[in-house]
Amino acid sequence: MVNQFNYLKETASQTAGPYVHIGLAPHQAGFDIFENNFGNVLVGPGTKGERIRIEGRVIDGSGTPLRDVLLEIWQANAAGRYNHPADKQDKPLDDDFRGWGRACSNFETGVYSFETVKPGAVMGRNGRLMAPHVNLWIVARGINIGLNTRIYFSDEVDANAKDPVLNLIEWEVRRKTLIAQREERGGEVVYRFDVHIQGDNETVFFDI
Amino acid sequence: MTRSSDVYGEFYQRDRSVHPPAYAPDYKTSVLRSPSNSLISLQNSLSEITGPVFRQDELGPLDNDLILNYAKDGLPIGERIVVHGFVRDENGRPVKNALVEVWQANAGGRYRHKKDQYIAPIDPNFGGCGRVLTDDNGYYFFRTIKPGPYPWRNRVNDWRPAHIHYSISGNGFAQRLITQMYFEGDPLIATCPIVKSINNEEAVRGLIAPLDRNAAIQLDSLAYRFDIVLRGSRATLFENHLQGGK
Ligand SMILES: [Fe+3]
Repeated sequence: MVNQFNYLKETASQTAGPYVHIGLAPHQAGFDIFENNFGNVLVGPGTKGERIRIEGRVIDGSGTPLRDVLLEIWQANAAGRYNHPADKQDKPLDDDFRGWGRACSNFETGVYSFETVKPGAVMGRNGRLMAPHVNLWIVARGINIGLNTRIYFSDEVDANAKDPVLNLIEWEVRRKTLIAQREERGGEVVYRFDVHIQGDNETVFFDI
Repeated sequence: MTRSSDVYGEFYQRDRSVHPPAYAPDYKTSVLRSPSNSLISLQNSLSEITGPVFRQDELGPLDNDLILNYAKDGLPIGERIVVHGFVRDENGRPVKNALVEVWQANAGGRYRHKKDQYIAPIDPNFGGCGRVLTDDNGYYFFRTIKPGPYPWRNRVNDWRPAHIHYSISGNGFAQRLITQMYFEGDPLIATCPIVKSINNEEAVRGLIAPLDRNAAIQLDSLAYRFDIVLRGSRATLFENHLQGGK
């Protein structure tokens, strides 16, 4: 008999359910309780970088948009540094940018959006630079464990071609599911990013 | 001695056997909301080991008191309880400054939510959500009303056991977790398709909070204990490796 390690086991995940908004976005559930609410606007007046909106829908295996989904993003600032003590890259932090946001899809249209800045490139493993990207986490009723993916940018063709994570995806045709399409709308930069949970064009999800 | 919050490294590979699979057909909504392709496994980079840092001043003084944080002209109806516990990582180290957010139905099993149509009444003095940051020992507590069970559309006679929904944000984005806490002794746990989406008895047991008599507040509130484990990371830094050999 060998001695057992005493590692603990991670707590099991359970679905966020249909009423996730109550806890994480009470205004969306229809009431006002907290003085400070976490939301989908990541930028303040002093945030450095190119202002962008990321917008899209999350679509199920029948082609229907999820109208009860909750999404969180986590990203580096415009200089390519995460606002976190483990990021020791020699780049400036931005006091007016945490890099985290939370959004709900609209109950009628299923559209979600984030107001943020375009992140800079972050150093990846083994000295390989990662193309600018935003980390995305998705939960909803019917999703038993949060889905992780990444949002890359359509105008970063060269950086995307060299990105170590995109290149890990064996099926080139699936890489494009992670590329948000840049559009300009009345002076605003909008990146469109639809997530297909299942079916044709299924988005690549990561086990991180 | 190092604490988890001060040491950052790649997280241990997630043991998916303790989690429900994405596709769990007895929980019908999961059928069209589960990816068909395998997840692509990523070695952690800075994108996964970092995550949002929260501050105490972002929370209000009543945010962890669900008995008072929505009280309008009286107290909410139901059994008064305290729920408390520790957030640790797989190494057993405390996860300090973790954001724990909770939401739940009222004592009648009704949610304060636009989309909840259940016949049980809304409680005018109960919002049903709260949040708290763990302290340096990974400890958290909040006070609330014990939620009631409620029926839901899955099969025609499916009922959710009483539960509190939890969202936990630790040190790294890869630790992000949503789960549900159940109550010791609830007979509905055994037949719930959402609980049963987890094919691991020990993992299910970990979601059932025992009654904690010693933590009860005498003549006031019973207490339940719910400990949470987030993914652990390597205690040694592989900074060069992660950030590129500078
Ligand atoms: Fe629920």
